[in-house]
Amino acid sequence: MHMTASPHKVSAAGGAGSGSSSLVDTLIEFAGRRKGFWVFVSLATLFTAWEIAGRVPISFAFPTFLETVSALVEMALDGTLLPAYLITFQPLVIGVAVSAVLGIALGIVMGLSDKAEWLLAPVFIVLQAAPMAALVPLVTFVYGIGLVAKTLAVIMLALPVIVLNSYKAVRHVNPSLVDMCRSFQGNRFQQIFKIIIPDATPVLFAGLRLGIAAGFIGVMLAELLITPTGIGDLITYHRSIANYAHMYAAVASIIAVSTLTLAALQYVELRFLRPEKRRK
Amino acid sequence: MASPMTARVAETTSKPDAIVEVRDICKRYGDLEALRNINLEFERGKLTTLLGPSGCGKTTLLKIIAGLVPSTSGEIRINGKVVTGPGPERAFVFQDFALMPWATVLRNVAFGLELKGVSQAERHRVAKHYIGEVGLNGFEEKYPHELSGGMRQRVGIARAFSVNADVLLLDEPFSAVDEQNRRKFQEDLLQLVEKERKTFLFVTHSIEEAVYVSDRIVLLSPRPGRVSQIIEPNIDRSAAPDVIRRDKGYLDVVEEIWQGLRQYAE
Repeated sequence: MHMTASPHKVSAAGGAGSGSSSLVDTLIEFAGRRKGFWVFVSLATLFTAWEIAGRVPISFAFPTFLETVSALVEMALDGTLLPAYLITFQPLVIGVAVSAVLGIALGIVMGLSDKAEWLLAPVFIVLQAAPMAALVPLVTFVYGIGLVAKTLAVIMLALPVIVLNSYKAVRHVNPSLVDMCRSFQGNRFQQIFKIIIPDATPVLFAGLRLGIAAGFIGVMLAELLITPTGIGDLITYHRSIANYAHMYAAVASIIAVSTLTLAALQYVELRFLRPEKRRK
Repeated sequence: MASPMTARVAETTSKPDAIVEVRDICKRYGDLEALRNINLEFERGKLTTLLGPSGCGKTTLLKIIAGLVPSTSGEIRINGKVVTGPGPERAFVFQDFALMPWATVLRNVAFGLELKGVSQAERHRVAKHYIGEVGLNGFEEKYPHELSGGMRQRVGIARAFSVNADVLLLDEPFSAVDEQNRRKFQEDLLQLVEKERKTFLFVTHSIEEAVYVSDRIVLLSPRPGRVSQIIEPNIDRSAAPDVIRRDKGYLDVVEEIWQGLRQYAE
């Protein structure tokens, strides 16, 4: 293999036959095979459009992509970004953890028992339909402006999504698998832990991903509506002094963190809980 | 009675020994009467088929015998004892295979033993034996989605054999398997029946399949499901499969059953 010109690693399989392996050939071959190439093209297109829009400019308050990146690097280096994230992560992590544990447990109970469903489902359907931003001031009124209020904002957004998805996940378990477990004299405990929960896992995780995304919305609402802290403070502060590149950098960074968190969750699910998906 | 291909030697040694008895079973779903007064006995070591048009309640009856569906009235006896739920003396093979997609072939086959708390080494030993018996050697670590329909049902059958039940209940096991594999599968099933000496209850809507594999065929008529006829094909299974399929006795039984069922065809 003489692919030294290639900047990308291409696996040996199928690489044979390309005697004159120029950079272009290698790239084309890579594009045909790798998802990563298309993800890269997708992001590159987005950032180029952003850069052009910033240079036009569509608004004096709209920085270019490169200005935003350099502002982000600056904030990362001068020690403002990391402490801000440490503050933002407190209500986010606590709120998402509580929502995940409580939400999956409640959802599973609702999925298993009609009475639990009738008792709890209306509450969560109303909560999911309610515009939560309107309720955040009420939370402040009762719990003040501290960590409790912000954690509560995260839970209010994340919990209903996780509960309702977990409940649907259990309701859509293959009834034939449950019958199979019963026919081999599996008890109720075995039915739940060996059949129902594993079969519900894909939908449980879909709910968890939606819940975490909602948790990010909750923490940003809290930090923008209750009191500016963490990333919310960075956004508010740089907006107030018309430092738009830095403001956009803070916004973009929280979007990136949210995206990476969801991707990491998906990786964990596929890697550890869905062995059959590992092999194509 | 059908003209037998070879006269069956009268059984002198044993009197009919019913392992499964169905007594006055009725099943209603609200206003719908699915089964009415079903009385049947299934002889030990035989393969009996429940055959009938759709809506005759054959699968419902099998699931009642399995203890998966409660009957409205009547009782099921296994080895003379009344049963109300699933038990270790019965194992079920599902129409849609009911394999756990997240588990390997080995774990799926061993699952009945896993539920009973058998040690991993022991249940893997038993499972590997039956994986071999159904012809899936080398597929132990595959996942169900990597197998064809026919192979998946072999996994389902190996799982049912692994728990060493006396009675195997098969609910249209080959209906999701394509025609060529289905024939091969029927031949393999007959070999397993011969080898394993168990009692088989088999539900199908295929007349040919029923005549080919059965010692006894129970014809059910629909709405409500009742026993309309019992046929014993008396086919010499020592002959080669393609000889059996062209045999006059075999074809006559198929025709007789079709004449009995054609009134229900739309």
